[in-house]
Amino acid sequence: MPLPENLSPDTIHKAIIFEDVAINFEGLQVLDGISFELKRGETKVLLGIAGSGKSTILKLCLGLIKPDSGRIHVLGHDVTAMTEEQLFELRNKVGIVFQESALFDSMKVRDNVAFRLLEEKIPEKEIDDRVREALRFVELEHTIDMFPSELSGGMRRRVGIARAIITQPEVLLYDSPTGGLDPITSTTIIELIMKQRDVNKSSSLLVSHRLQDGFMLATHYYDAQTKHMKAIEGQLARDLHTTFLILKDGKVIFDETVAELAKVKDPYIREYLFLEPVA
Amino acid sequence: MALSSPTLVLKRNIAAAQDYYLLAARSVTNVFRRPRYIADAIQQADLIGVGSLPIVVLTGMFTGMVLALQSANTLNRFGSLPLIGQLVSLSMIRELGPVLTSLMVAGRNASGMASELGSMKVTEQIDAMRALGTDPSKKLVTPRVLATTFMLFFLTIISDLVGLVGGYFVSSVLLGVDSFQYWNTSYQSLTFDDVFMGLIKPVFFGFIISTVGCYYGLSTTGGTQGVGRSTTQAVVAASIMILIVNTFITRILLGSI
Repeated sequence: MPLPENLSPDTIHKAIIFEDVAINFEGLQVLDGISFELKRGETKVLLGIAGSGKSTILKLCLGLIKPDSGRIHVLGHDVTAMTEEQLFELRNKVGIVFQESALFDSMKVRDNVAFRLLEEKIPEKEIDDRVREALRFVELEHTIDMFPSELSGGMRRRVGIARAIITQPEVLLYDSPTGGLDPITSTTIIELIMKQRDVNKSSSLLVSHRLQDGFMLATHYYDAQTKHMKAIEGQLARDLHTTFLILKDGKVIFDETVAELAKVKDPYIREYLFLEPVA
Repeated sequence: MALSSPTLVLKRNIAAAQDYYLLAARSVTNVFRRPRYIADAIQQADLIGVGSLPIVVLTGMFTGMVLALQSANTLNRFGSLPLIGQLVSLSMIRELGPVLTSLMVAGRNASGMASELGSMKVTEQIDAMRALGTDPSKKLVTPRVLATTFMLFFLTIISDLVGLVGGYFVSSVLLGVDSFQYWNTSYQSLTFDDVFMGLIKPVFFGFIISTVGCYYGLSTTGGTQGVGRSTTQAVVAASIMILIVNTFITRILLGSI
């Protein structure tokens, strides 16, 4: 079924546009008229306390839930006006990594990663090649014949990333990809997200509780030669296309770069960032 | 626990009935829309149909046997013991075969579907499936509905046959009824309407079992406790709906007979 032609005016430069979006769950106002934009190639880190609506934003992007009011444009399509059938086609261009991986536990890693390709009835040989390539990206090629229950929490997240990137989607959504993981595994996950940002130039929204995840993304880049991330060492002018968005009481209270975040005077944000209050 | 207002409870129930109706309707319309998951339907047919065979055979066998035992006493008083085959076959084929088979399959499979889909729901696998561009109602619900409806039809036939064999065993070995007489009265007493009634019921019951199981699974909330709750509710709701629908079908078909 063709997607509707109600393209947003700035679809060339913006991957996601939220316009005055509000949603409540059983009387609790989770998002209260939020607006923001995600430029193509940009990574936006969503911060906020638990229950501030960060994961809800990701679900709204995919049309998994509908807002009470406002408009959401994803890759030029107004998801608030689309039917579930039309959304299935748009969702093929957007990858998501869920908080707890959400791997299909009755399927092997190979079938989990290949899920989209299997649905598209792509030849088996091509599926195998692409699954191996995606698993190689997350350095888990050896797990191809394993079940999710045989993997550790960090490995499941990495398989989730492989599943999300296998079709090279234009937009990636990460829902707390490092939540509940040890610091070393968390760094591995962030390095993969960085690799995806710097190598494949995808646009992404990253929900996180960990400030260091955002700061690492904003101050490091992936070096394809050494195959490791490197700090930009004071060259904050180097644009890593990474910005921060902070939510409070259902509203956006900050939507800027890391440089602006360091200068912020808002007492709530300074407390959230463990910074000394401004006198 | 806080008390809910009657209006709120009514609204919730109406919304639940509407959601169930929409899911059931979509499970049927999906049959005519691509993509079709034939391999999934065959796999479900194996799990639901072949997997339920032992309990269906046992249920049919012992129902036929106890039916023969119970009716023998009454029939003997009127000197009509030779008619025991007729009683067993009519009871099994028109009523007990379809209803008891469906109740057993509901206990096994409505709970299985509710717990499987419920677990997928609470671990975000259903959302993941939607996010990956696949319609869960096409991939998960329709194959289960087709498999249950199709397989319950044949399971009922097997149950009827095994019930007749159970009745025969009791009549012949314990009550001394002649074999030829048992099978002859069993067969001769049956009309097309009896067989039709006995075979149309499992089609409805199979649809009820699968749609109720899937509905409760997909509407699960509240973690593992919610999965347990959905599983119990699915079996209870499916069993009650089978008994209610059975009464209506019997009334409608008897009215036309």
